[in-house]
Amino acid sequence: MTQKIKKYWLQSCEDWNYIFKQELRHIIKDEGVLIFFFLVPLAYPLLYSFIYTNETVREVPVVVVDESHSADSRAYIRKLDATADVHIVEYCPDMATAQSRIKSRDAYGIVRIPSDFSLRLARNEQVPVSIYCDMSGMLYYKAILTANTNVSLDTNARIKVQKAGNTTGQQDKVTEHPIAYEEVSLYNPQNGFASFLIPAVLVLIIQQTLLLGVGISAGTAREQNRFRELMPVDRHYTGLLRIVLGKAWAYLLIYIPISVYVLGVVPRIFRLNQIGNPGDLALFVMPFLLACIFFAMTVSVLVRHRETCIMLIVFSSLPLLFISGVSWPGAAIPSFWQVVSYAFPSTLGVNGFLKINNMGAQLIDVRHEWLILWGQAIVYFFTTCLVYRGSIIASRRHYIARYKRLKAELLKRAQ
Amino acid sequence: MKSILQIARRELLILATRPIYWFCMIAAPLFCYIFFTTLMSAGLPTDMPLGLVDNDNTSTTRSLARNLDAFQMTGIAHQYASVTEAREAVQRGDIYGFYYIPKGTTREAQRQEVPTVSFYTNYSYLVAGSLLYRDMRTMSELASGAASRTVLYAKGATERQAMAYLQPVVIDTHPVGNPWLNYNVYLSNTILPGLLMLFIFMVTVYSIGTEVKRGSMREWLNMADGSMAKALTGKLMPQSVVFLLMGALYVGYLYGYCHFPCNCGLPVMLVVMALGVLAAQGMGVFMYAMLPSLRMGLSFASLWGVISFSICGMSFPTMAMHPMLQGLSYLFPLRHYFLLYVNCALDGYPLLNAWPYVVGLLVFIALPVLLLKRLKKVVLTVPYIP
Repeated sequence: MTQKIKKYWLQSCEDWNYIFKQELRHIIKDEGVLIFFFLVPLAYPLLYSFIYTNETVREVPVVVVDESHSADSRAYIRKLDATADVHIVEYCPDMATAQSRIKSRDAYGIVRIPSDFSLRLARNEQVPVSIYCDMSGMLYYKAILTANTNVSLDTNARIKVQKAGNTTGQQDKVTEHPIAYEEVSLYNPQNGFASFLIPAVLVLIIQQTLLLGVGISAGTAREQNRFRELMPVDRHYTGLLRIVLGKAWAYLLIYIPISVYVLGVVPRIFRLNQIGNPGDLALFVMPFLLACIFFAMTVSVLVRHRETCIMLIVFSSLPLLFISGVSWPGAAIPSFWQVVSYAFPSTLGVNGFLKINNMGAQLIDVRHEWLILWGQAIVYFFTTCLVYRGSIIASRRHYIARYKRLKAELLKRAQ
Repeated sequence: MKSILQIARRELLILATRPIYWFCMIAAPLFCYIFFTTLMSAGLPTDMPLGLVDNDNTSTTRSLARNLDAFQMTGIAHQYASVTEAREAVQRGDIYGFYYIPKGTTREAQRQEVPTVSFYTNYSYLVAGSLLYRDMRTMSELASGAASRTVLYAKGATERQAMAYLQPVVIDTHPVGNPWLNYNVYLSNTILPGLLMLFIFMVTVYSIGTEVKRGSMREWLNMADGSMAKALTGKLMPQSVVFLLMGALYVGYLYGYCHFPCNCGLPVMLVVMALGVLAAQGMGVFMYAMLPSLRMGLSFASLWGVISFSICGMSFPTMAMHPMLQGLSYLFPLRHYFLLYVNCALDGYPLLNAWPYVVGLLVFIALPVLLLKRLKKVVLTVPYIP
């Protein structure tokens, strides 16, 4: 009895080892898979970081229509030009000229100072400065608005102090701001684009390349299989658990160093935020990788041909990025899509990674994401087993049918 | 002409019988249309969760908190006893930022000792952070103003005088073309055509590549009497029709049904869309001619299609990118489409005002003509590599 059990275990381990090696061999031999397992994870993060590396837009070109031509209006314009956000490219005589600059895209905004600017200030009346922004990009709008708000607040403070006729510096301070305020940008001090978008892209790259790579190798397996089935009929491909785990281990082995590079090295190269505890990060990434691998293995049964996999998967990156709640705030996602988003490891992976790596959260703070990722890993493990079982059975059925047909033919010939 | 129609019929049969084409040409684009427009249907997010740490707890600070809560974009989700607790809530992702009023703020304000309040915004979520920041900053200015206003009223100033004293210069903002700051308008207008282009790249490459993969390229070319021009026209025509219909669908959906601003009128946008669709097909042919293997061609298509969204400048302006990337961006049809959309639909200028980009798209459309010879050679000689 013990002999039998021992033999069984030895055999399973041998099969597991065989499948593991076989899968690795397939991956290394298949250029298509290599592209997605190595080239894309190595190159894409660099490309994206390079695009966004300037973080934010500075010196947005604007034109000024100064109808006042007073010392006050000139002071305002000088201050505006001195801000980092906008750059005054031209002083236009009237709005029509200014509009033509917008039309030719030489400028992205107009600042108009009314003719009675100085007069109304002297009369102690409120006076509006009009700004017109090109809305092709929110960052232009933000830059123009921020610059003007800052300048107007500064101008206001000075005017107030002037009028108050205080005697001491402390009084001036009180007049300016009876209650002062401080603004603190957390976890992304430069309010930059790269620091906010790249972490999400990095996590997505891991999930999407796994989907693509596993899908392509499944497509190849089918194309090379005589019955267009996923599983070869082989002495070693008998135990379900051995197959699933053997393949998963191969992917895991490849993706551990890839994850270290994508999530650990790339942010360092581009000096992005990296304040997480590496231990916490490693513990978090583990269930994420497992969930991604089993998710990819489950999805891979849908792939019939090598190349269709690319067409099925690639487009989903964009919806997945948006649904993860990074670029479009999670609080504003309709509840239906919120529920849908829980089906994908990337949603939780992105949020968890962002919280640990960029915001310095501890594992306990992201336990919600962490536990759901483990849940996903388990659920997708079972679905993988299910679909693989179906595939094995179908494959065997084909084989037996063929065997019977051959046998019948042989019998016929013998008679 | 007859042979072109024959090839077109053959192609139609292929398109109709393989599920992958149904998926990439109809199902997936439709899904994306609905997904992005419903995801951002709010337009501008409202009531984003904000935390409050009020250690002063007087009637003044409570009214400040109430006012902050009343802003459109912010909703005070929770009060925290200390900054540490609030910071941990930010790290957990419960709130996008918090407002901190230290103990003694009211007393110091009355004594004219200039107390300081602070607000913390989590810019890891850039959109949410920026929106909250605006409200919290306005609130802080108002709080400061409220304190001075009490003094002014006591001195006998009218409201108008008080406001003119507190805020002599005000900013009157006109976001031209998108006055609601609607993010759906801002993003969907470029993302939907971008996704359609991605599908067009892939379908074009795939449909040429599968001829080679299945070994039917000679049959295909023989039907056109060996003329690549005819063969390609016949092959791409049915696809153009389907994609143009899908394009017309998003134009109708966005500008007709969702009422996104379309200051140039639908016909002009339809022309821009048609230029975009055909340009993407031209680019697709170019991709296969340059990298004549199904795998490499599709990888090229995915790379180009996905990078389009970043490099076209819709979210992150190209002017802030490396100069090399600024030049490179014109190799992406979506960049030209985006600039034409801004010129026509958003700003309402005539199409010819942006003629360089029309020419740009026409160049993409003409690409296959230059490549016919090479394409024929690679289709016939380069074998399928798995």
